[in-house]
Amino acid sequence: MADLKHNEGLLVEEYGYEAIEDGFHDHHHGDKYQSGFITHYIFSQDHKMIAKQFLITGMFWGIIGGLMSLVFRMQLGFPDSDMSWLQPILRGWISIDNGVGTLDPQFYYALVTMHGTILVFFVLTAGLSGTFSNLLIPLQLGARDMASPLLNMMSYWFFFLSGAIMFASLFLSTGPFSGGWTAYPPLSALPQASSGSAGGMTLWLLSLVFFVVSVLLGGINYITTVLNLRTKGMSLWRMPLTIWAFFVTAILGLLSFPVLVSGFLLVMCDRGLGTSFFLDQIYIGGQALEQVGGSPILYQHLFWFLGHPEVYIIILPAMGLVSEVLSVNARKPIFGYHAMVLSILAIGFLSFIVWAHHMFMAGVNPFISNIFVIFTLIIAVPSAVKVFNWISTLYKGNIRFNSGMLFAIGFVSLFISGGLTGIFLGNSAIDIPMHDTYFVVAHFHIVMGVAAFFGMFAGVYHWFPKMYGRFMNDTLGKLHFWGTLIGAYAVFWPMHYMGMAGVPRRYYSFATFDFSNQFDLTNQFITIAAIITFGFQILFVVNFFYSIFYGKKQKQKNPYGATTLEWTTPIDAGHGNWPGGIPTVHRWAYDYGKNDGTMDREFIPQTEPVSPEEKEYDDKHLH
Amino acid sequence: MMYLIGILITIFLVVIIVQIGKVNELTARLRGEKQAAQDGNDWNAKLMLLFMVAFLVGSVWSAIYYKDYMLGYGPNLLASEHAVGIQFAFNITLFFTGIVFVITQILLFVFSYMYRYREDRKAEFISHDNKLEIVWTAIPAFVMALLVVLGLVEWNKSMADVGENEKPVGYVSLEESDREDTYLEIEATGKQFGWILRHPGKDGKLGEKDYTLIDDATNELGLVFDDPKNIDDIVISDELVLPVGQKIRARITSRDVLHNFDIPHFYVKMDAIPGIPTHFVFTPTMTTESYRDHLSQFPEWNVPADPDDPEGPKRWEAFEYELACAELCGKGHYSMRRIVRVVTLEEYNEWLTKNEEKSFYLTNVRGKLGDPFINKKLSIEERIDRRNKEKDAEKKKDDAPAPDAAPSTTPATPETPTTPETNTEGNTLNNSSSSENSNGTTTIGGEVKNIIEKATEEVKKEGEEAKGLIDTPKDGGH
Ligand code: HEM
Ligand SMILES: [Cu+2]
Ligand SMILES: [Cu+2]
Repeated sequence: MADLKHNEGLLVEEYGYEAIEDGFHDHHHGDKYQSGFITHYIFSQDHKMIAKQFLITGMFWGIIGGLMSLVFRMQLGFPDSDMSWLQPILRGWISIDNGVGTLDPQFYYALVTMHGTILVFFVLTAGLSGTFSNLLIPLQLGARDMASPLLNMMSYWFFFLSGAIMFASLFLSTGPFSGGWTAYPPLSALPQASSGSAGGMTLWLLSLVFFVVSVLLGGINYITTVLNLRTKGMSLWRMPLTIWAFFVTAILGLLSFPVLVSGFLLVMCDRGLGTSFFLDQIYIGGQALEQVGGSPILYQHLFWFLGHPEVYIIILPAMGLVSEVLSVNARKPIFGYHAMVLSILAIGFLSFIVWAHHMFMAGVNPFISNIFVIFTLIIAVPSAVKVFNWISTLYKGNIRFNSGMLFAIGFVSLFISGGLTGIFLGNSAIDIPMHDTYFVVAHFHIVMGVAAFFGMFAGVYHWFPKMYGRFMNDTLGKLHFWGTLIGAYAVFWPMHYMGMAGVPRRYYSFATFDFSNQFDLTNQFITIAAIITFGFQILFVVNFFYSIFYGKKQKQKNPYGATTLEWTTPIDAGHGNWPGGIPTVHRWAYDYGKNDGTMDREFIPQTEPVSPEEKEYDDKHLH
Repeated sequence: MMYLIGILITIFLVVIIVQIGKVNELTARLRGEKQAAQDGNDWNAKLMLLFMVAFLVGSVWSAIYYKDYMLGYGPNLLASEHAVGIQFAFNITLFFTGIVFVITQILLFVFSYMYRYREDRKAEFISHDNKLEIVWTAIPAFVMALLVVLGLVEWNKSMADVGENEKPVGYVSLEESDREDTYLEIEATGKQFGWILRHPGKDGKLGEKDYTLIDDATNELGLVFDDPKNIDDIVISDELVLPVGQKIRARITSRDVLHNFDIPHFYVKMDAIPGIPTHFVFTPTMTTESYRDHLSQFPEWNVPADPDDPEGPKRWEAFEYELACAELCGKGHYSMRRIVRVVTLEEYNEWLTKNEEKSFYLTNVRGKLGDPFINKKLSIEERIDRRNKEKDAEKKKDDAPAPDAAPSTTPATPETPTTPETNTEGNTLNNSSSSENSNGTTTIGGEVKNIIEKATEEVKKEGEEAKGLIDTPKDGGH
């Protein structure tokens, strides 16, 4: 025993923390991760490289999806403007009449659909959870890598394949799928109903099935890693909130995505095999279909059984990242760590029993809606608790406004604004006028779209040094933040009022109805704001790639004075993350500014043992 | 060329961006990094406050700015019974969420400002506070419970179907007490891209449909003409005519893909699903005319409806309730417009009488190949004949001066489906007729009462008659 203690003492001197020897050195040579360019940069099995792959692919899709939204925003804001300049790219989808080019309605809907699918799945699911789960789970838990680096690599490549298929669908002569990201049949099942439902839908389904494979491979890995590869001392209740969030996210994905696939398989059968799971008594294209007996509502149940958890799959990782960034930069423990974890768990659980709040007006029995209203509004409680805790984390802090922190604060503001409108929509009576109007568009863009982006930006700015050993430019980052915060509110805030005037979403033109045709100025304003806001994202992209190569070098191992394990690795950590043994953990992740009379330190890393006279704040002492 | 310029501009921008970043870092180095960091921090803290003020003021200002656009506020009255309750729930929710919104946003940004980094400041170690946490879990829970109860009461009221003892009517009763347990069932069928609207006719009942009978040219809805309930069903495609103050049960279906029956001013919204008919029960509370009168008080509604035509009708004159589609149904989703015309009870009954002869069966099937009632005399035809004769007689009387005789119905024009022109024409005629009898509302009322009495009798008769009619061919067949 004494012998061992002696050994540990040595290691502390060597690495700055007490380490466990796990025999990693023994197979150091003959590196299985990084032997050549291909295995290092392309078919890499190193979780850090895979994280970067997810991030950069996500950024690619973010730009594509964003540009699409600008094109359809042009249509909404300036329907009479000449779009012929887009013809070289969009070709036949721009019809030229008297020298004035107009966007084809069919393609408008294709753009809206692709925009939604790309942002929800490719950017905010893969690009967000894929990036940070991969980067942070092993690093913050003290693991060498994911439980299965091979599955992890496959997870990325299935995502890549999925993206490639979706990309290919953009070039079909009948166009990509155009029935909305929710893909409700019969519209999505019948090529006669919409040209996008022909080859475009086939590729859409195929792409998303591969996407689900990617999510599942990733998710299994995240769960296994969290459960099995935590370093010594890292009990569940000592995990940073980021890890809790990724963990619950992965469980949600694992339980809900397969249900989506089952829905997709049934749609495929209806499309290809003449079954009628979702079809009944349809007359279309001059013909009465023989398929009878199905129910389009069934699909909606299957879809939203994923769909609602999916919105939390998107927001939970962002919440985790924000909690961490707020705490580090306020130099204070996250307020109510236990309540935060319990809220994540409660939200995760509840998110499985609220799906039909998307279907209040879908023709389901109104009695059933009573139950879903109750569960839905219960979700607001843990959400509120999280908000209060974030705000209290700032209280009496010593706040450093770096770019990451700004985005984290912005996230809280957006989550409040968008979460509150959820309370309207979750109340079925109020959802009667609001359903499928711009009010819903405003709600979910603010609470999910923009807020999740803010969480992601906070994460990228904050952990950029962990990825590239350099910092992103902070001035540009701040400019990016203010432009995006103001821009995003400018874009989405007025949409509430349009929704309250009854303007339906997914309209190619507002001119056909008098009640929707009174917002010309508003729509122009929104479109201009959207273009400017997109411009600020260019700032981010440029900053990102410039900083990879020329950014300010990271000189200290732990530049933010953070307590978590990722900052104990060398600046340019190779595979396996820690050159020697892996660190052990002795305390929770939030000992910032500890001055409770037993201790007075600016921050205490998780690797530091609790001194005998010190009061400890993790699980054992909180109850 | 355009593209080349585009690329050049992009490169230019990128260079500028990079330079901004660099310059700032250089000046920072000149000032000393620490000082620069402190300055930057202060700046951003101040911006936080500034943003907060602008954001809160902006949100209030914008709400005021948009007040006159939103339904349920400003001039835009809600025009159905249940909508008022929903609006109440909305406003209560707005009240509570508004308070939370203002308080949390203020705390967020003010804390950010107050606790900005200072070298001499120490963050305080506050990890949790069980009492506080229980309070702020309990308060939202309590408010949510309140909102749930309020919302569900409105929800169950709004979604209630007609009761079992409520009767479908064709003609509507002018007595409120008689109307209480009646409803008028109309049908809206969505198709790419429009609504096919059906009124039940005098019997108050919508006839059977069979989607395999649909034929765009001859039978858009797939009406089953063996079903006598279909004989008097009126199929229109341009406007829905509804009597004010009468409970309406909209039966909502679709022929092809999902649609959604959406009348914003009534807070009515329900998916139209092929194979699964849905419904929405509501009671319009304002006629189109009275809504227009109401709007005419507001200056912003007193501008020309069409800015290019300053002499044309004013906005309030052009106002119509509109029926839209609120479920993505394909490339024409945004264009499924129908007018909803809410009229007085009297006008509705007149409209029904006038349109009786335009029933889909009479105009498209009667006397043609496949007419199941061929060679049978139908009571609906008797009624129409009788009315035409009465009218002829009145016309003859008109030649001799007879001041009180107002035309009660439009002349029978054996015209096929209702076109907008005939409808507007009918409308003005109705109006003029009722204004001519300025002291004669009772006359019209009495007349209508007669019509209703006759109608109920005839419905009974027709039902029996129709049974016989269906039986006849069967018997003959064996
Ligand atoms: C207070 C919590 C929330 C409540 C009560 C709530 C409630 C609702 C309801 C009832 C709808 C359906 C509205 C309709 O279609 O008529 C809805 C839509 C939506 N919500 Fe939320 N929500 C909440 C928070 C969130 C969060 C945190 C996210 C994502 C991070 C989110 C994302 C969405 C999305 C994406 C949609 C639209 C889906 C679509 O139709 O395309 N919501 N929300
Ligand atoms: Cu949901
Ligand atoms: Cu539609």
